[in-house]
Amino acid sequence: MNRIMIVDLVNDLRNKNLEAEEYIERTYEKIGKYDKYINAFITIRSKEEVLKEVKESINKGGKLAGVLIAIKDNISTEGIRTTCASKMLEDYIPPYDATVIEKLKKEGAVIIGKTNMDEFAMGSTTETSYFGPTRNPWDLERTPGGSSGGSGAALAAGYVELALGSDTGGSIRAPAAYNAIFGLKPSYGTVSRFGLVAYANSLEQIGPMARNAEDLGLLFSIIAGPDERDATTINLNLNFELKERSVKNVRIGVLSDILEMSEKPVSGVIKDVVNKLSSEGALIEDTKLGNAEYALPAYYIIAMSEASSNLARYDGVRYGYSKYMEGNWREVYAKNRGEAFGMEVKRRILLGSFILSAGYYEEFYLKALKVRNLIKKNLDELFKKYDILLSPTMPILPPKIGEVINDPVRMYAMDLNTVIANLAAIPALSMPVGFYSDLPIGLQLMGKYLSDIYLINISSFIERNITKLYNLTASVKI
Amino acid sequence: MVKIGLEVHVHITALKTKLFCSCPSDYTGKDPNTVTCPVCLGLPGAIPVLNENAVKYGILTALALNCQIAEKLIFDRKHYFYPDMSKNYQISQYDGPGSMAIAKDGYIKLNDKIIRIRRINIEEDPAKIVYPTGSILTSKYTLLDYNRSGTPLLEIVTEPDLRSAKEARFFLEKLRSILEHLGVCDCGIEGAMKADVNISVKGGERVEVKNVGSPKDVEDAINYEIARQRASILQGIKIERETRHWDNERRVTVPLRTKETEEDYRYFPDPDLPPYSITPELIEKFKREMPELPDQRAERFVKQYNVTPYQAQVLVNEKALADLFEEITNNYKNYAKVANLLINDYMRWLNENNITVTQSKAKANHIIELFEYLDSGLISIKIVKELLPEMILTGKTPGQLIKEKGMTNIKDENYLERIIDEVLNEEKEAVEKAKRDPKVVNYLVGMVMKKTGKRADPQMTVEIIKKKLGLT
Repeated sequence: MNRIMIVDLVNDLRNKNLEAEEYIERTYEKIGKYDKYINAFITIRSKEEVLKEVKESINKGGKLAGVLIAIKDNISTEGIRTTCASKMLEDYIPPYDATVIEKLKKEGAVIIGKTNMDEFAMGSTTETSYFGPTRNPWDLERTPGGSSGGSGAALAAGYVELALGSDTGGSIRAPAAYNAIFGLKPSYGTVSRFGLVAYANSLEQIGPMARNAEDLGLLFSIIAGPDERDATTINLNLNFELKERSVKNVRIGVLSDILEMSEKPVSGVIKDVVNKLSSEGALIEDTKLGNAEYALPAYYIIAMSEASSNLARYDGVRYGYSKYMEGNWREVYAKNRGEAFGMEVKRRILLGSFILSAGYYEEFYLKALKVRNLIKKNLDELFKKYDILLSPTMPILPPKIGEVINDPVRMYAMDLNTVIANLAAIPALSMPVGFYSDLPIGLQLMGKYLSDIYLINISSFIERNITKLYNLTASVKI
Repeated sequence: MVKIGLEVHVHITALKTKLFCSCPSDYTGKDPNTVTCPVCLGLPGAIPVLNENAVKYGILTALALNCQIAEKLIFDRKHYFYPDMSKNYQISQYDGPGSMAIAKDGYIKLNDKIIRIRRINIEEDPAKIVYPTGSILTSKYTLLDYNRSGTPLLEIVTEPDLRSAKEARFFLEKLRSILEHLGVCDCGIEGAMKADVNISVKGGERVEVKNVGSPKDVEDAINYEIARQRASILQGIKIERETRHWDNERRVTVPLRTKETEEDYRYFPDPDLPPYSITPELIEKFKREMPELPDQRAERFVKQYNVTPYQAQVLVNEKALADLFEEITNNYKNYAKVANLLINDYMRWLNENNITVTQSKAKANHIIELFEYLDSGLISIKIVKELLPEMILTGKTPGQLIKEKGMTNIKDENYLERIIDEVLNEEKEAVEKAKRDPKVVNYLVGMVMKKTGKRADPQMTVEIIKKKLGLT
């Protein structure tokens, strides 16, 4: 397989081994051919505008000079509509760039478009989008995972080499696993959330999505860093030295309680990888997360509570859906919100409002915070013994479109393996490790707080020496 | 018995930027919605970041009000839908499980009475609602101005320890003076200090009157409410829990809504604002920076200027007045005279005409000049009292005014004798009385004053009359 990395692409563009016109033409051709089926994008910018920017950017230089990037549609982009895949924000054009967008532009990246997602990032399959579901490029009958499903599919379809997603409870890693790409949920506080439309502030991070570990690391190194506009970012400069890190003598704990709750084909592929890691010298041990059964309820209680608060601002007064203007303000708000929010969003607002109301707050919310602390403590203990905790990213294979969307409990259960990292603020990376009847399976690596680069370097080793699965492009069967 | 509690909202005018963004907090004279940013507009994705200077003013206030200070500054979201809210929650503070207010359990001493402070919150102000016709009832639409959105407020809540309208007014005046001495709030700015008033009379439920502007208005609103509630109860009408609105024009309270149930604000700590640690060292630092407070200043005035405790209290009740007093006495050493003039004449006139000390154009050096004219005998005390209002309104010096109006005392002996002779001729009866009773001389002096438009030099007039009546 031809190993083309972003550094090579940037060089080729600068040296005109690859003409900007050809690069853009090729990309728009693919999108034109496949995206009516895949529906990875909500908004695609005009080819002319993008070409112009790419050319300017190549001249200016930067680590991503001229490189196209797809941005999840809940990240604020000045002048480009940012819909959160909701009717509520269908026509909302932000007057400002998110911090991560500023950083990307400074390095020369050019936004090609905004990717599809679950409405306000609430979902695990990209089916709750107001703009219709995204389909998995590996199997158009199936979902690409979610909520950053559009970003995942755009990478798997080979439209772009880089994308941004956001991860509140697995929203980068689920699509990474289901699209056979790489995704990182960074340590909480390493990437600014300024400009990320909030779903659950205390859990979520913007994170990089790419087609190989090296590019993932490069993108992460660009978007990470403290931001005075987000007080939850940590004032610490990470060491971004990206290089393969052998797994020899790396202590790996396999989360057996999580593995046991996975579908057979999934656990089969994962066990196979574990054996190969062992033969590369990794020190493998079975272990348990502990209190795993409380993780999901605690996660959903916290996420929905914060969501109910964050989404209160959408009333159609300053921006957003405002079809109704007449009558008293209560009626106007109710009508606008009633029409513009989808079912899943309404469900979470209602549940969150209930949880925060007097009397239930202590019973649910404060208790969920206790579980969160308990899980953190469990993980602190585990990370004394292990450098990495390993599990499948998703407990099941990519579900078919429509299969789980009407069964919320089943849909929420898909997040079992991923929510742990969000609750504990630790980094978690998903990488492709195999297929089962042509459906991708992802491996999740969790590390201790701020071990993001270490995880990337380990995944780089696994990708090159064990799985040889990187830069995979689905052959879309129209 | 009447029980009164206050919730006072104070703009932290000392802060130059809004509470959670870098927009200027002073938007005076700016067009509506021009002093805004994604944060104070509540745009999707915007994140509040604490203006850390707010911590200082919160702690200074807490110390001055003898409060217990929290070990952490935690902001909560207070949820309710209302058109002036940019996020449909207000970033405020909450004293409950998992949260805390910046300070609680303090007091203010009012003479010898303790008025307890329940808590102090730091919070953001919502946008301003503008009704185009001026009235909520007749306006077809509502305008919103987000310039105010996110400006920093202190909420100071008392226990229901106040017992009368007058006491509530004194409390607010004292609080205002404390905040002014701390430099937290320039309370002279329109709307910088507002209060919600809770009033209950015997046999009735608690009634809340929202948004009352000044200590004087609070006094009037409470008096109105007490009378209204008592009259209702006498007529057998129950006083239920309700919220009323103070109509500043008509000087009455009007019903706003009945409170059937306690509103559920669904408080929870704002996840965008990490707790800010208030260390004992930080508190110590602010203690050292604590300026002189009104009570200490009043004590000093008694010692340093030999004014009465009552005078001292009146003077420090308004920081600008106390400052003016000290500015004058710095150069003019007859302290009692200054205190008397400021309290009895200057302040009375200001109060009667609804002008604040800071609005007054009479500066310290003008007043000093006024005293100098008086002492030299060029003008009488009566002229002093006449000149003051004009000095306050126009900012002209006494010298200018005296010249313009020809108000100097008449010291021309010949002229005075001529006038006095006229008076003595006209007032034969009084002249006879005066010869037996020297007090009647004052009456004759008064008649001379009348003829001279109060300009006759009083000293000389008395002497000439006495001489002519053979009383010396």
